[in-house]
Amino acid sequence: MLTLLGVLVIVLGFALRFNPLLVVVGAALTSGLAAGLSPIEVLAAFGKAFNTNRYVSVAWLVLPAIGVLERAGLREQARRTILSLRTATPGRILIAYLALRQIAAALGLTQVAGQAQTVRPLLAPMVEAAAEPLDDETRQKARAMSAATDNVGLFFGEDIFLAIGSILLIVGFLAQSGIGVEPLALSVWAIPTALCAFLVHGARLLLFDRRMKKAGLKS
Amino acid sequence: MIGLPLVYLLAGLMFAAFAGLSAIDRENRKRFGNAGFWALFSVSFLAGDRLGDLGNGILALALALIAGFGQLGVGAPKTTSPEARESLATTYGAKLFAPALVIPVLVLAGSLALKRLPFVDPKQATLIALAFAALVAAILAKVMFRQPAAAPLQEGRRLMDLVGWAALLPQMLAALGAVFAVAGVGKTIGEIAVQLTPVDSRFAAVAAYCLGMAVFTVMMGNAFAAFPVMTGGIALPLVIGRFHGDPAVVCAIGMLSGFCGTLLTPLAANFNLVPAALLQLKDRYAVIRAQAPTAAMMLVVNVVLMNALAFRS
Repeated sequence: MLTLLGVLVIVLGFALRFNPLLVVVGAALTSGLAAGLSPIEVLAAFGKAFNTNRYVSVAWLVLPAIGVLERAGLREQARRTILSLRTATPGRILIAYLALRQIAAALGLTQVAGQAQTVRPLLAPMVEAAAEPLDDETRQKARAMSAATDNVGLFFGEDIFLAIGSILLIVGFLAQSGIGVEPLALSVWAIPTALCAFLVHGARLLLFDRRMKKAGLKS
Repeated sequence: MIGLPLVYLLAGLMFAAFAGLSAIDRENRKRFGNAGFWALFSVSFLAGDRLGDLGNGILALALALIAGFGQLGVGAPKTTSPEARESLATTYGAKLFAPALVIPVLVLAGSLALKRLPFVDPKQATLIALAFAALVAAILAKVMFRQPAAAPLQEGRRLMDLVGWAALLPQMLAALGAVFAVAGVGKTIGEIAVQLTPVDSRFAAVAAYCLGMAVFTVMMGNAFAAFPVMTGGIALPLVIGRFHGDPAVVCAIGMLSGFCGTLLTPLAANFNLVPAALLQLKDRYAVIRAQAPTAAMMLVVNVVLMNALAFRS
């Protein structure tokens, strides 16, 4: 039971907004020590996993390309494109993006879009442009909703693809327990949830449009 | 053989450049903090396999200490003004989208084509394609829009400093997950969840499994960590074993219930905290707040769907 203190450290640390990197190291030490490991052993286990998980941070390689494009006016161009489209609203742009992201992820193309390469340079400026005129608080909301829509589209699309990590994990786990399941059967049963996610988040985006319009009228 | 080592070499060199450029950036009061931070990250990519487990642990600890004691600033490389960008956008127009679209196209083409090449590690095809696409797009953007030679690295550093410590959090959390696994944290939480699960009603078992997946994922930051524990503890003996649910439906929707938890937790840093930093949001948790209603509704939807679809016969 004492090992759960690590989870407590995480919850408190994040709630009190300490620096998350320190919170993570603190939680690892707490749970490790509670499980009877020595500090050196905990540090070694942490270091080993830190090293094998370096691929998680490879995505930052896109920053130079995005940065140069921003320097050359990409975000401004994204804004200009939206301003020339009269029918564009924040909600409609986000619904179109949600559909594209879900379909791409369902085809296994999880890496074609993302927070660094699509949301910051393209999607967020487009949504902000469609919401103009907007005050600072509304701008923050428009950005947060752009990032959220990318995540929702990714999460509720990727499990339809046969070879995604989560499907392989399920197949492997069930095989160990003596149950044979085809990847195709799993990905088919991810479709109802994917459709519902599109409806639920899409409906929220239409409501978001209304709120944006009200905020625009006030300012 | 082209594989992860080549990608790590590229990443290591990029972070080394960020470190060097940070060190000579006099606009940043904390420039040596930034330089040290990115230099250590670069060492991890370039020499991580030769440092040993304890060496890597000390490196990760040093990174956490630099960030935790507020030694990371935000560099200010010379860049174009908003007015200049507006006029560049007028000049180049839609051409500006071309290099940005090169990234997904090359990732797609690369991940399909590279798998067939004998000298490429097929398991890493997507990451290799991503690294290659990023490199091509940066060069293309520099040439097409006549940007200075230092621009890709300086602009990359500008964005990297905006993200700051959050850039490292996903990898740190993955390491924490490994320590939690060694310490048996997941097993303990799973045992508690199993004790709390009502065993006599089918609907209650389904709801407990979906809710358990979501809550456990919130605590672990990752649905993959929650899945074996919750499925082994609740789904296999009860939902599938006792009430004869279809394993494919139960597991597929169970995993998606975990994803509802991923939308709610700061521990899923690359999805929830990194974007807040990238978009310069004042509230670190603004993206989670924007996602929360969707996540809560989808959790209910998943319980209903599993209950309706898993017990058809």
